[in-house]
Amino acid sequence: MPGPFTVSEVSDGIEMLIRNLLFAAAILLLGVGVKNPYHLELLTFIGIHTLLALGLNMLMGYAGQISLGHAAFYGLGAYATGILTVHWHWSPWISLPATLALAAAVALLVALPMLRLSGFYLGMGTLGFGMIGFILFRGWSSVTGGDSGLVGIPSLAVGPFTFSSGVRYFYLVWGTVFVSFILCERIVRSRVGRALRAIHDSEKAAAAMGIDTSRLKISVFVLSALFAALAGFLYAHLVSFVSPSSFDFLVSVRIVTMVVIGGMASIWGSLLGASLLTVLPDWLHVFSDYEMLVYGLVLMVVMIFLPQGLTRGILDLYERSRNRREGRSPSA
Amino acid sequence: MQEFLQYVFSGVTNGAVYAVIALGFSMLYRATGLINFAQGELVMLGALCLISLWQGLGLSLVLSIVLSVGIVSGVGIALERLAMRQVRKPHPIVLVIITVGASIFFRGIAMILWGKDARSAGPFSSNVPLEIAGATLLPQSLWVLAIMLGIVAALHLFYRKTLTGKAMEACAINKKAAWLLGVPSDRMVLLAFALSAGMGAVGGVLIAPITMSSYDMGTLLGLKGFCAAMLGGLGSSWGSVLGGLLLGILEALGVGFFSSALKDAIAFMLLLFILYVRPTGILGARAVHRF
Repeated sequence: MPGPFTVSEVSDGIEMLIRNLLFAAAILLLGVGVKNPYHLELLTFIGIHTLLALGLNMLMGYAGQISLGHAAFYGLGAYATGILTVHWHWSPWISLPATLALAAAVALLVALPMLRLSGFYLGMGTLGFGMIGFILFRGWSSVTGGDSGLVGIPSLAVGPFTFSSGVRYFYLVWGTVFVSFILCERIVRSRVGRALRAIHDSEKAAAAMGIDTSRLKISVFVLSALFAALAGFLYAHLVSFVSPSSFDFLVSVRIVTMVVIGGMASIWGSLLGASLLTVLPDWLHVFSDYEMLVYGLVLMVVMIFLPQGLTRGILDLYERSRNRREGRSPSA
Repeated sequence: MQEFLQYVFSGVTNGAVYAVIALGFSMLYRATGLINFAQGELVMLGALCLISLWQGLGLSLVLSIVLSVGIVSGVGIALERLAMRQVRKPHPIVLVIITVGASIFFRGIAMILWGKDARSAGPFSSNVPLEIAGATLLPQSLWVLAIMLGIVAALHLFYRKTLTGKAMEACAINKKAAWLLGVPSDRMVLLAFALSAGMGAVGGVLIAPITMSSYDMGTLLGLKGFCAAMLGGLGSSWGSVLGGLLLGILEALGVGFFSSALKDAIAFMLLLFILYVRPTGILGARAVHRF
């Protein structure tokens, strides 16, 4: 009779614990070490983008479904909290659960018809949803402020302690990212995670094994929408201003690119993809004219040559070359 | 009534353009089972090429149209050879991301080549409006309709009467069986890409005199074309025509009687609705792949 834990499970658990402790230590060190406010803000944005990529990665990488309209959920989070706090004068801490609940409801409403479709139709459907979101943000100007946007979103505060200065918001965002990472790791390693990977490999086979595929797909879609809305909430209270251009189609493509670069089905890859796509455009100022060109090329090249993403792809290439050097046949 | 007729006229004109874009989606889907997310960008390239060649270089209209369609077909061939063919595991997600990548790439190129300003081409012939039952109809609308109908008729003949068309149809039904019977199915896929890209370019040529064209017009047009194709039934030529005209008229009436801000949302609402209620479309017989 096997015990409650096998040896490999225990060592896996320890490895995970060490990795997460290292991650937490890195966040703390960065918060203490980085003094330049500009760099701190950049790091904070990386955190927000990581949340976006992480959510979409759960959908694309693990459940094998695509969303080309995730910017709409990001925008929904930002606009919902903006409207609730600016127009209705709610406290941000009450608007947070309301925003998340709204995002979950919308995601459910969208997912119910959409996830009955697969592949190309899901892509087009989510693309259309993203467009509707953008049109609403821009067109419903009495509420959203239209093209000129919504200004004066208050910063977050607990009593007298405000999350206004760079380091405090940095810790708030990265604390959220840290908790989300642990949550996602737990999900991926659970029964649900295994079921998701089964759906990714073959939906029919998964259904035949008794997995309720449509319920799971809908749950993951809602989860990824929640991550995006949470990122939108953090974004809105950080910059205190939202406008439609931050949530257009290109933003949806950018999130997909982060996931693709980092590697689908890789939680840590989301961090890599988000970092690269936040830092590079910021460093290369000439980049802005060529942004679309570069994203398009990256999406095509990575998908054609390294469909597992940069991290996994480079590791694979390295292993293959090492195997060849040592005269071994490449592992199947 | 007069007002209503006016909306219908403008709806039919736009609808004919949507129909041509939908035909591009449909014909590629029919031959390969693929949806090209860059189809809208091919339309944009067609429109901008026409404006540059005709208005910029001062070539004759016919030559400019032929050249624009030729150039964009070349882009379609390049897309198939350089990207789609290289994919080893054609999982739908991978193909979606590659064509989305291609669409963003084309947009980026167009922004560098043509800049961010919107431009417009003049009408194909005289611009004196015709008056029918109190409503006015621009000659350009007749051009658009005539060219659209001409394309559908040509496509119909191509599928029914020519050997190549029949071979393409055979590939669509069963690629392996067609290959065993000596149909060069690889070349058929390439031809389908070239033809559907060319069809996109024709859509662009038709729309250039009607609205302002710019590098970022493609996504919307592509989605509307797809919506029209889904509405009529993906894979069916006459379905695309029906879907395109229906979408155009609904849009025009929506703008006329409700609000112009809603114009673009109408197509997407309709798309979501069809995907939910009847994914096979009005004329489509083949079942959409649902799990």
